[in-house]
Amino acid sequence: MTSLYSRFCNSSIGRKWIVALTGLALIAYVIGHMIGNLQIFMGRERINAYAETLHSMGPLLWAVRAFLLAAFVVHIVVTIQLTAENRRARPERYSVKEERRAGAASKSMIISGLIVLSFVVYHLLHFTTNTTNPEFKVLEDAKGRHDVYAMVIHGFQNPLVAWFYITGMFLLCLHLSHGFQSFLQTIGANSKKTAPVFDAGSRLLAWFIFAGYTAIPAAVLLHLLHT
Amino acid sequence: MNFKLRVWRQENPKSEGRFANYEAPDIPSDASFLEMLDIVNEGLILKGDSPIAFDHDCREGICGMCSLVINGTPHGPEKATTTCQLYMRHFRDGQTIHIEPFRAKAFPVIRDLVVNRAAFDRIQQAGGFITARAGSAPDGNAVPIAKPAADLAMDAAACIGCGACVAACPNSSAMLFVGAKVSHLGLLPQGQPERMRRVLNMVKTMDNEGFGNCTNHYECEAVCPAEISVAFIARMNRDYAIASVRESVE
Repeated sequence: MTSLYSRFCNSSIGRKWIVALTGLALIAYVIGHMIGNLQIFMGRERINAYAETLHSMGPLLWAVRAFLLAAFVVHIVVTIQLTAENRRARPERYSVKEERRAGAASKSMIISGLIVLSFVVYHLLHFTTNTTNPEFKVLEDAKGRHDVYAMVIHGFQNPLVAWFYITGMFLLCLHLSHGFQSFLQTIGANSKKTAPVFDAGSRLLAWFIFAGYTAIPAAVLLHLLHT
Repeated sequence: MNFKLRVWRQENPKSEGRFANYEAPDIPSDASFLEMLDIVNEGLILKGDSPIAFDHDCREGICGMCSLVINGTPHGPEKATTTCQLYMRHFRDGQTIHIEPFRAKAFPVIRDLVVNRAAFDRIQQAGGFITARAGSAPDGNAVPIAKPAADLAMDAAACIGCGACVAACPNSSAMLFVGAKVSHLGLLPQGQPERMRRVLNMVKTMDNEGFGNCTNHYECEAVCPAEISVAFIARMNRDYAIASVRESVE
């Protein structure tokens, strides 16, 4: 008898499931993070209090971070492995090949994913650890809390940084426009009837996330948000 | 009609292949693609050249033997059509037509445009069957089957096993074929006893044969001459997970 571990970790469909489930966890985080971020439009008090609440959670915060990191690493390692296998499955390329259904999103998953990875690394160094901008560390509001509101606005006042974030979000959403319906297909929720709904829903969700995230750097660039 | 052909020629599985150019003059517009190749081959034989090898059998669109990637699409540009049912009137007079074999590690070239699709047979042998009483024929309708299940099983059973799904897939994945075979029997009461074993064994064999992994491009569905839906892949994904978990707790 083959073990459950082997059924999932050594087979094509099993690893498809792993990518789908870790992907879902990451999508859930992306949506949650977006809702959290959008509180910046409700003012300095709201967003700084929100950040303070998150940081006061201590072990719970670290548990969630560890879970997300694990999901992120597994999602990336497994997809790189699958992509390498897929390349090997066709040693001789076609000289002429016409694509009928595959779109920019599905064909660029590995590239968009890896660029998003580099974006995430920068984003963590930028706004979480403040390694790229140590001056953000000392920002404090009137109540002595870390001034996230000021940090985000200062961060995005550099147009280069703001545009890098917008580009990163575009690639993330390209990735999710294929990724979300891919998740539904992989867990076996898809049928002939649901396919067009899932496809449209996946794109809609992706653009909704794009709009939500880019609203912040865009608002800073347009001077709608200022310190 | 007149055509210019650019055809993949390869002596044997081990030799290097290359493209060769041929003229195909005076082709009737109502000739099928395979008949066009027959005409070209007659000319090659008269000149003392070796004819272009290609697979074919029924030439009625039902056997799944014909193949070819024509101008970048398995079975050519017409929707839901096998190469044998593709007519030259669908091409432009004077057009250059690129003809390549189905390309996948799991489908090695035997000669020219002929590829070895025995991997599909081995997948079928791993689980594409039911255990049936081998006596006299059972009474008709003795086993009740709900109409929607019967219809869906019939849609899956339409797969002719040609391998165009593998040829079209950017990853050379065989998931549409295996999904259709798993679902076709898995939807029917007669297929229930082996349902869990079937999906596990067929997927394992598919993986061992060196096919790629499905990443949901759905190119397979777009070229399938039998219009098999990718929903059968979803069904297989679901069955696979259930079967794996059940196997581990039983």
